[in-house]
Amino acid sequence: MAAPVRGMIGSTSIGNTTSFQKKTRSKLVSIPGTRPSVQNGQLLVSSGVSSLDYVIGGGLAVGTLLLVEEDHYDSYSRMLLKYFLAEGVVCGHELFLASARDHPDDIMQELPSPIVDDVAGMKISEGQSQPSDPENPDTMKIAWRYQNQPKVQTALASSVRFGHYYDVSKTMEPELRQAAKCHSFYQLQETPVVTASSPLPSPYHSLLKSIQTVIRKEGFDGSTPQSKVRNVLRLGLHSLGSVLWGDDVCCKDNPAHCHALTTFLYILRGLLRTSLSVAMVTVPSHLTQNRAVMGRIIRLSDTAIALESFKGSEKETNPLYKDYHGLLHVRQLPRLNCLSCEVPDTKDLAFKLKRKQFTIEVSSHQPLSALSPQHTPNSHPIALRVHSYGTSPNPNEQRGVKTPPRLLTSAVSALKTHSTVDTADQRVGCNENDTD
Amino acid sequence: MQTVQSDFILVSDRRADASFLIHHYLSFYLRAGCKVCFLGLVQSFSHYSAVGQRLGVSLAQAREKGQLVFLEGLKESFGVLLQDTSQETQPLSYLRSPGAGLEGLFRFVESCVRQSGDGNAGESWGPPVLLIDDLSVLLSLGVSVGAILDFTLYCQATVCSELQGNMVILVRCEEEDADDDEEGSNLLQRGLVHQCNLALHVEGLPTGYCRDIHGQMEVWWRQRGETIYNQRKIFHFKVHDKGASFFARGTSSAVL
Repeated sequence: MAAPVRGMIGSTSIGNTTSFQKKTRSKLVSIPGTRPSVQNGQLLVSSGVSSLDYVIGGGLAVGTLLLVEEDHYDSYSRMLLKYFLAEGVVCGHELFLASARDHPDDIMQELPSPIVDDVAGMKISEGQSQPSDPENPDTMKIAWRYQNQPKVQTALASSVRFGHYYDVSKTMEPELRQAAKCHSFYQLQETPVVTASSPLPSPYHSLLKSIQTVIRKEGFDGSTPQSKVRNVLRLGLHSLGSVLWGDDVCCKDNPAHCHALTTFLYILRGLLRTSLSVAMVTVPSHLTQNRAVMGRIIRLSDTAIALESFKGSEKETNPLYKDYHGLLHVRQLPRLNCLSCEVPDTKDLAFKLKRKQFTIEVSSHQPLSALSPQHTPNSHPIALRVHSYGTSPNPNEQRGVKTPPRLLTSAVSALKTHSTVDTADQRVGCNENDTD
Repeated sequence: MQTVQSDFILVSDRRADASFLIHHYLSFYLRAGCKVCFLGLVQSFSHYSAVGQRLGVSLAQAREKGQLVFLEGLKESFGVLLQDTSQETQPLSYLRSPGAGLEGLFRFVESCVRQSGDGNAGESWGPPVLLIDDLSVLLSLGVSVGAILDFTLYCQATVCSELQGNMVILVRCEEEDADDDEEGSNLLQRGLVHQCNLALHVEGLPTGYCRDIHGQMEVWWRQRGETIYNQRKIFHFKVHDKGASFFARGTSSAVL
């Protein structure tokens, strides 16, 4: 699937051992860090987290908006934003970061450092690729197919891979970070513009103007003649809708600006559709009193996910969720240029943030915990239940479940034949009575 | 679908996506040779064009010939917002002053549907069709429910009663909330159901998420003539790459 893109960029730098170059007739733009989608040919960029790319259908389509509903302490949504920006730095995209609480430079300094596969390591000073020189007297005679391989891993200044891994314990080196062009918008330093005739409050209005200026000036909408290589603009907008943006949708029941954020998202999507840019917006949805507004906000974005972290909630001590840091809900997936979108197998997803990876997995979901309060979370027979659509309740695949060995075979073998909740309930109930 | 009588078709959804019906109607009316006025307020023209390609119509060609008039809401939205003077007659004037109503939008629709056959040297198209995708986004932009209902009433009077054309409108609703405020999309949907004569309501399955059945669709038809009772039917559907298939409840191929 990545073959057409490779053919365009050129096979020498990637280490293709064959001299065959596939002739491609596609008119897709060859921008580093992007690839065409399998379903509908859209140009995709990676969100920085490869498991999230898989969940949302391969990646973020250029021209769309990703909405992330923040978790309570804004820890994991901020992490996702940093992954998104770090991926932009590594791929050589341009960045636009807007924030009202922390200064954008502070966020940029916390970006995770990318992990490079090569043993030689990621040193910027060395690592120049050897140009293939046909007049070189050292041309290989026997292993001529490997002539065009670079001798040392090239620097990570512009990587052509799609999706990278990051080490959260280290921050990105300043040289790499400064190689990327970053525009920032810090709300607290902007002078408020009196916009009497605009339906938007001043911070949103100036943010939109700033975004549009960057898009037009750098030529992302095709307005300026392209003298340089085309690139993608990544917009990261942190905590829109919070009070610091001058919006009271998160703190009042009947806000005065109830349409400010929705109008902003509508116009932002208009800007994104007409330019080579992709935006990630985080919204503190747990502060909104009005669920209808959240429904509208989700519908105005293209892809929408919500993070629910276990920190401080009762689920933290639940043995079922022992290995995970939180749940990930996919609220909406876009249908772009096609009638049907990729429907996921299951919607029970949980995430965990490890040092080198942010993984999203199918969680073993316990449906009874909400229904019957008399079962305590410590009772192990109930914790055995595995109920996810489409996955096999194989005891070897269970994650985060501590099972007492005596109940393992009988209860789980019963689960294998029956996949409905009720019969499994009865079975485990019977076993509980038997062993008690 | 009867094309002799003029229809006001309301497509609504709740926590599902009914836009496949809009794509279907767009390609259906273009193939039937009607003059189509499409208000695309939430997606770009290339999106509809790409889907239309799969369904067998070329939107770009139809636009060139004059059969299709497409208002792209997203593309021009930022420009309208930044303008210093707001003209009432502009179609997207609701972006600058949402409280003023949708008269500019109606004038645009009126000029478009009345144009067919007037001094056109080319072919004469069939009865005009108005397609709107989607109307509930205007609520997010601050337009009141009353203004939107006025707009649809004016459109119905012009397109359906006067010009014997058809109207298809998509409205997206949210979850029913007990203490919902008055300006909700449910209020809009109820008002439109009262005005229309065919209502298609798309929802997810009440039993939960399923990969093979994408949802259920409720068809409500206001009968004309002598029959007193109105028909209401429920179908399950699955959306494919080139369309959707409908089947009676419980007869999905995944189940049988």
